[in-house]
Amino acid sequence: MHCGIVLPRLDEEVAMSILRSATKLHASVRQCARLVTAAQQQRRGYADMAFTFASPVTVHYEAAKVKQIDVPSFSGSFGILPDHVPLLAVLKPGVITVHEDDATSKRFFVSSGSVTVNDDSSVQILAEEAIAMENIDAQAVREGLNKATAEVNAASNDQAKAEALIGLECYEALQKAIEG
Amino acid sequence: MLSRTSLQFVPASTQVRGMATLKEISMRLKAVTNIQKITKSMKMISAAKYSKAERELKPARSYGVGAKAFYEKLEVDCEKHQANHLVVAISSDKGLCGAVHTSIFRAIRAMVGDKPASNIKVVAVGDKMKALLQKDFKNNLLMTMKDIGKSPPTFSDAAVVANQIMSCGYEFDSAELFFNHFRSIVSYNTTTIPLYSVGTISEADNITQYDSIDEDVLRNYQEFSLASLIYFAMKESACSEQSARMTAMESASKNAGEMIEKLQMTYNRTRQAVITRELIEIISGAAAL
Repeated sequence: MHCGIVLPRLDEEVAMSILRSATKLHASVRQCARLVTAAQQQRRGYADMAFTFASPVTVHYEAAKVKQIDVPSFSGSFGILPDHVPLLAVLKPGVITVHEDDATSKRFFVSSGSVTVNDDSSVQILAEEAIAMENIDAQAVREGLNKATAEVNAASNDQAKAEALIGLECYEALQKAIEG
Repeated sequence: MLSRTSLQFVPASTQVRGMATLKEISMRLKAVTNIQKITKSMKMISAAKYSKAERELKPARSYGVGAKAFYEKLEVDCEKHQANHLVVAISSDKGLCGAVHTSIFRAIRAMVGDKPASNIKVVAVGDKMKALLQKDFKNNLLMTMKDIGKSPPTFSDAAVVANQIMSCGYEFDSAELFFNHFRSIVSYNTTTIPLYSVGTISEADNITQYDSIDEDVLRNYQEFSLASLIYFAMKESACSEQSARMTAMESASKNAGEMIEKLQMTYNRTRQAVITRELIEIISGAAAL
């Protein structure tokens, strides 16, 4: 259980360090055309990353310019910088960190959803639920976690158990996000 | 003598008829007034519902635009009428809202033609849509859903619809969502959003430029975006429906008001005529003595 959560974090760090080194080492970057444009884009000052982040009931960002977004997905956590490779991914319960500029960053908890990075460098993150971390009640999370654990134990058939496990996974991620 | 008796007879009979007309008019007047009361309160209710729907539409619209972006950028070259095609018509259970339902129906008929091919299936969301589609496209109707439109649509409503579509066993290659796109309080456009199956997406021309795509990610992505787009379409159509109902009820109240005015005028005239006639009778009766 713990491994499942620790691993993506490692991935994230690896991905981050790759990106960081990619921007520094221009010589090695030139080998890959896409990364070259990414670096050029960055020197120009983070232009053209139209970032949209919404849940069905609220819009957090709409075609906004941000520096970097860290996203938890089922294929590992990763960071998105301007001019990222076009990509499709599915969100998993976890924390999205939006670095608006060097100084400020915001953290949101998301339950599930989708991430799209298009070739025009627009990024769309659509979450089923997205809540700013400061609005989460730790007490309610603990209660929810207990309830979800009870539901998993009480589940009679496979389908109910699978549904309860999804709930539990989400609460565990939420608990983890509050602690960390 | 004979002529006078006959003269006395005629007013008597017309007087009876006049009284009946007066009663009939007053009954009619009452009925129209009641109808106006109903349409007025319906207008008030849909005005309240409309303002809520419009408020909720704002985030849903950004959400929908985000969900649409990928499908718009995807260059799919599929022969619409060769492959299996699914039409999802989003409307609601309730009527009295102008041409909201029929305009979707007309758009669908314009797209599929009068005699649709058997590889086109239709899903009707909302009772009114079902009633319309059942008449002409009975053989193509895949399933129908109701209980839409009583309360504002939520994401879980959309998820239920998406789930039904995915679990019904019909393998579509491409799909289209038909719904009313809200423009302003007095106008809406019937528009469509294209949707593709996992198979179609993975055969698209420019899918290869997307990184790290595997079957699982694509399937999850497609399922989630189906629910998101249905949610967006439901929100748009709910807002258009309430605004259309508001406009329809307003003009109904106005028409009822005009009718009441005319009836009131006729009522007053008839009453005056009856009184005058009675006076003439009394006076001429007294004069005859």
